[in-house]
Amino acid sequence: MTSPILLAIEDLTVSFDGFKAVDGLNLYVERNEVRVVIGPNGAGKTTLLDLICGKTKASSGSIKFKDIELTKLVEHDIVKAGVGRKFQTPSIYENLSVRENLELSYPKGRTVFGSLFFKVTDEVAARVLEVAEDTFLSDRLDTSAGLLSHGQKQWLEIGMLLIQDPELLMLDEPVAGMSVSEREATAELLGRISKNRSVIVIEHDMDFVKDIAHRVTVLHQGKLLAEGKMDEVQKNEKVIEVYLGH
Amino acid sequence: MDKWIAAFGGRQRLMQLLALAVLLLVILPLTLDVFRLNLLGKYLTYAFVAVGLVLCWGYGGILSLGQGVFFGMGGYCMAMFLKLEASSPENTAIQSTPGIPDFMDWNQVTELPMMWVPFHSLTLTVVLILTVPALFAFLIGAAMFKRRVGGVYFAIITQAIASIATILIIGQQGYTGGINGITDLRTLLGWDIRPDSAKYLLYFLCCILLIVCLLIGQFVLSSRYGKLLIAMRDQEDRVRFSGYDVANIKIFVFALAGVFSAIGGAMFALQVGFMSPSFVGTVVSIEMVIFCAVGGRLSLIGAVYGALLVNLAKTMLSESFPQLWIVFMGALFIGVVLLFPQGLAGIYEDYVRPRFTNVFSRKSVTKDSGDKSVAQEAQS
Amino acid sequence: MGGYTSQELTAIFVMQGFSGLSLFCVFLLMALGLAIIFGQMGVINMAHGEFLTLGAYITWMVSELATETWPWMQDFYFPLAVVLAFAGTFILGYLVEMLLIRRLYSRPLDTLLATWGLGLILQQIYRSTFGPREVSVTMPDWLMGSWAPTDIIDIPLNGLLVMGITAMMTLLVVILLYRSRWGIKVRATTQNRAMANAAGINTQRVDRFTFALGCGIAGVAGAAFTTIASTGPTTGSLYIVDTFLVVVFGGAASLLGTVVSAFGIAQSQSILEFFLSGSMAKVITLLTVVGILMFRPQGLFASKVRR
Repeated sequence: MTSPILLAIEDLTVSFDGFKAVDGLNLYVERNEVRVVIGPNGAGKTTLLDLICGKTKASSGSIKFKDIELTKLVEHDIVKAGVGRKFQTPSIYENLSVRENLELSYPKGRTVFGSLFFKVTDEVAARVLEVAEDTFLSDRLDTSAGLLSHGQKQWLEIGMLLIQDPELLMLDEPVAGMSVSEREATAELLGRISKNRSVIVIEHDMDFVKDIAHRVTVLHQGKLLAEGKMDEVQKNEKVIEVYLGH
Repeated sequence: MDKWIAAFGGRQRLMQLLALAVLLLVILPLTLDVFRLNLLGKYLTYAFVAVGLVLCWGYGGILSLGQGVFFGMGGYCMAMFLKLEASSPENTAIQSTPGIPDFMDWNQVTELPMMWVPFHSLTLTVVLILTVPALFAFLIGAAMFKRRVGGVYFAIITQAIASIATILIIGQQGYTGGINGITDLRTLLGWDIRPDSAKYLLYFLCCILLIVCLLIGQFVLSSRYGKLLIAMRDQEDRVRFSGYDVANIKIFVFALAGVFSAIGGAMFALQVGFMSPSFVGTVVSIEMVIFCAVGGRLSLIGAVYGALLVNLAKTMLSESFPQLWIVFMGALFIGVVLLFPQGLAGIYEDYVRPRFTNVFSRKSVTKDSGDKSVAQEAQS
Repeated sequence: MGGYTSQELTAIFVMQGFSGLSLFCVFLLMALGLAIIFGQMGVINMAHGEFLTLGAYITWMVSELATETWPWMQDFYFPLAVVLAFAGTFILGYLVEMLLIRRLYSRPLDTLLATWGLGLILQQIYRSTFGPREVSVTMPDWLMGSWAPTDIIDIPLNGLLVMGITAMMTLLVVILLYRSRWGIKVRATTQNRAMANAAGINTQRVDRFTFALGCGIAGVAGAAFTTIASTGPTTGSLYIVDTFLVVVFGGAASLLGTVVSAFGIAQSQSILEFFLSGSMAKVITLLTVVGILMFRPQGLFASKVRR
């Protein structure tokens, strides 16, 4: 019987030369939940994602993912455990085609010798097509990734994470810089992909947040300010004062 | 059949390789005298290093200013083997200690040092030529890449290592022959390597080994690993966060470049008949980077032409204008970086190949544009 | 190590330490210039050694003038030479930045190669102009001789002069970088170029000046160098690898690190030299530095800026 809690963060703290970017944070994310993290700039949102995926080392505290202690692992092992991270600025391989970007992200042959002898089998090719369709890129498979529009690059990066089939997907401002129709498409995409995985999203666009969030966590100065359903959080006085303002 | 062609670089690359092979194995031997052919063979040994640099620098983004160390490793291993053979008790009967190399004798060394003992056997020598550089590259690579040392810092440290190696070799005269190096090499398993007939054979051996290395390079680049190199050079974090151990990727390509360089060094010792620390240090290591840059740092075959052309120019210039050729080299460094960063290969891609497009390549628009943009990235 | 009394050992340490100090001064002056250029600007100038050589040659030319043409200058030509050395290398550095470095800012590895080429060209120019053999500076009378505080300790005066120059230059650089308006501009540009530009700082001019200053300091190093050894076309390039290690070992962005690192490396080499052969002393020193760098790649005094 698997626990409903996928990610358990307890008393997480990271300090840079005395400045606590994240301060004694407790956070629990359940399976198949879409959790949106909001908060003013400098609240520690991106740092939180950095800590989970291993980009930054925690000063103290614990991050348990399916009972695996992530603070003890290196980045690529965290990825192999099932955590995928999308960055704020699209980080894709601009010099390779969309297809090659996706193929490279396929979770097999990830050692040196594995990659030297990796063959794109029918299975791999089929999966690449599948993910490309999911992310609205099936007609762009042979385009050089550097030539995609900003929104498409975001989708490609999401696709590169999807193809790894992570159980926890973390997206940092996925709709930044997107047009209205692109935002709608992305909301729909997120809805689809969160069917069988958990997603943590950092976002500033409140309409978008309302569309996709199951629950919302508000961070302020590295600490938890409020948590709950979107409408609860929006009525919270502390949150209004610090962030939503009016 | 198509699969094999694709695995080794594709139709176009293989045709270019064929053209190079024909040039080296057929045209040049028929048109050049043995002296010039031997000189060409010497230049080709530098090409091994340049080809390795295409892999680790051009594609991997790892600039090593110490490839001379690996070249020297291969060279010294082979030279030690040849020297031991030339220092048989009969040949060295007049020494105070017969059976050891002459320079040891006049440095008052009375017993063959432990380090030299394995080089009595050719098999062991060849094994060491291939494994010692790889091991060394692995150690240095692991120490630095696991700690995320890259770029400029890595370059400076490799330069320091080349410097250290040179000082060590020169300082330990009794063990290494000092600044004069190991000279007077005569026979390989009884076969005299000095007469013309031997030079011909060694030249062909060198060419064949080079072509083998080029094929290995093509295979590596055409594989998923090759794409990883490009990906890693442009977006290292994304590669890491896709589950790859980036340090291992770097260590492998650095070690491969080291092994190629060592093979070149060994062929140098065989063809030129000696090995000295002037081929190990910083100056020569940086020169080899220029061979690679002139050829086009993203083109394996270009690197060969780069090495040949620069050395040819150097030889011609240093004969006619002894003062000028250093300025030429300096200007070449600056020119390659500022004016033609894609090197000869870039010039070929932009001006020569379009004329041959109909004859050789298949209609593959994105593959070309992929190559082009990769070549353009060479500027950054 | 055996056979020396403790008194003799102390004297050995002091004298080797002192000869190490002369080496330290040259290292430090070279490294200061390089640290400013590399540490603050991220530019790798492989031709830095050639600026030292230029400073040395300028000093030699002034010394020749003083000896041959205007003997009345003999006694005080040296300070003048230092100023001229600084000026000459500053101007050359300014030109180099304008014509070459400016085009390569975002490409550090390419800068490395291009400046190496520049170094080759400069070396050849020196060779053609001054000849391939080394030249020596005739030192004024008051600089000859030594200072002997005790019976067995003997400290050469020119070494003291070099130390004085070094201390002065270091102080000047620290003041310039941390107490002047220009220093603020440089540090702002290093930390956030775009913002510095937006705040109205002419970052191009700052860069040019910074690079030229670094070269000027190398010129002073060259002048100082003439008091301890003779100069040839390739003199500077002998020190370039060491200098880079000094800068990287100290922590590229830290001036204090540069000082400590230069001191440590120079002393280690000098003291070891007494007990081992010259080459082994250098090898062990360099190996130790490289070894430490492998465990602590950011150097001794790493900057604490979160990127």
